[in-house]
Amino acid sequence: MIRDQRRWQRFTPMQRARRAAFYLLAAAAIGQSLRAVDVIPEFLQDMPEQVADLFRRMWPLDWGYYGKAVHEALIETFHIATLGTILAIGLALPVGMLAASNLVPWRPLNLLAKLILVSSRSVNSLVWALLFVAVFGPGALAGTLAIAFRSIGFVGKLFGEALESTARGPIEALHAVGAPPASVFLKGYWPQVQPAFWSIALFRWDINIRESAVLGLVGAGGIGMALDTALTLLYWDQAAVVLLTILAVVAAAEIAVTAIRSRIL
Amino acid sequence: MAAPAPAGAIAADGRALSIRDLVKEYRPGQPVLAGVSLEIAGRGLTAVIGPSGAGKSTLIRCINRLVEPTSGRILFLGQDLAALRGAALRRARRHIGMVFQEYNLVERLSVMENLLCGRLGYVSAFRAWARRFDPADIERAFALLDTVGLGDFANRRADALSGGQRQRVGIARAVMQEPDLLLADEPTSSLDPKTAVEIMELMTRLAGARDIPVIVNIHNVELARRFSRRVIGLAGGKVVFDGVPESLTEADLNRIYGGENWQEAT
Repeated sequence: MIRDQRRWQRFTPMQRARRAAFYLLAAAAIGQSLRAVDVIPEFLQDMPEQVADLFRRMWPLDWGYYGKAVHEALIETFHIATLGTILAIGLALPVGMLAASNLVPWRPLNLLAKLILVSSRSVNSLVWALLFVAVFGPGALAGTLAIAFRSIGFVGKLFGEALESTARGPIEALHAVGAPPASVFLKGYWPQVQPAFWSIALFRWDINIRESAVLGLVGAGGIGMALDTALTLLYWDQAAVVLLTILAVVAAAEIAVTAIRSRIL
Repeated sequence: MAAPAPAGAIAADGRALSIRDLVKEYRPGQPVLAGVSLEIAGRGLTAVIGPSGAGKSTLIRCINRLVEPTSGRILFLGQDLAALRGAALRRARRHIGMVFQEYNLVERLSVMENLLCGRLGYVSAFRAWARRFDPADIERAFALLDTVGLGDFANRRADALSGGQRQRVGIARAVMQEPDLLLADEPTSSLDPKTAVEIMELMTRLAGARDIPVIVNIHNVELARRFSRRVIGLAGGKVVFDGVPESLTEADLNRIYGGENWQEAT
């Protein structure tokens, strides 16, 4: 019958076979990973006890530790995050501009810039921190550079993409009046990407507050050092103070960023 | 070679534009402009009409080199615009104002800053960044805003304006250049009929005051007839009509736009 010939199918039989194969593979992969993780049933069973024990050791919190070690480390974390972000922006702006194909219409240069951005992002902040601790020794300098180098990729990529999505018309108009390239950037591109730029910078600062809180675990300065000390000495009541402080700071940064962003956009 | 004389010192004939054998191929072997030659007098409004894809926009954009000509010469103010590069091209562009269909204002800048953008060819990037524009330019921008009827809008952001208002800013920006030639690429196509007439009047008036030639791409044949002293019909990348608007017949329009029956419908 004609009706049967016009029957509509979402997938061809070949596609259906492939989808079935994909699901089977996924199931097999999950099974395999569960085996590889090697869960020990006894440990799983007494988990509630362990957690309860942990909380009992944390309580009561040792608030004295905040004044002794946490406060100063917290300020250092702020410095690491903020300086690192500023440094990253300074380095990421030119790289992001080179990555934008409408601004720099030369493919090899775009690719080089993209390579820089990808390599910055492919390395975790902790790994960057380990590298810089090895070079400059432990402390805030290593942390700042780790934050900066990890952020270049993020800021540069988003900034480059913002540049690429600018409207061509105004740029064309500025070329038509005979404006030099620098003026075309300042009056044509920049006003179009300005909101995106500030939004990216604030967002990255927010992320960096969080990231710099753990950098201390590898000796790169900040509040993570205080956490590391407390954990090594098994002073759970002090570790809890650090964790709560980080939580409060991250929440505060989040609120501040949201407020500022809604103002500038 | 001698730099072009300052605006105003040029006699009307000095602003004549000569296009010779202009060819533009976006893809090899498929010319959008197939050898266009035109002599355009140093004053008055010339309308270019033709169907979409006829090469009108390409023609006008080849003149200020927003589009690179494949071959041919464009002589204006004593130099071949088609051969210029870099700083020489930028200097030549300062003398050519352009009005766009989509206005092409910098949306997030104020009306005043958009007008001052017309001076960017004369101002260093540093001064532009520091907003240190010549006070005389600012004075002229205010006067020009009054002329185009936007005296109270200097500090408005361009994206807060209506289409007609934006196009007035677009024209004012072009006039801020003190141009020796005004190009307009479909300046009225995004506007309602009444505003379109007002925009054409404004352009004619401002260009007339400076006594400079104007070349306008336009879809609306009636507007072309009403405001131009010369009509050029483009079809398939070639000039198929060239004459005063009074001589433009229905047969000519059929030749330009192709087909016969479309005219009865309108």
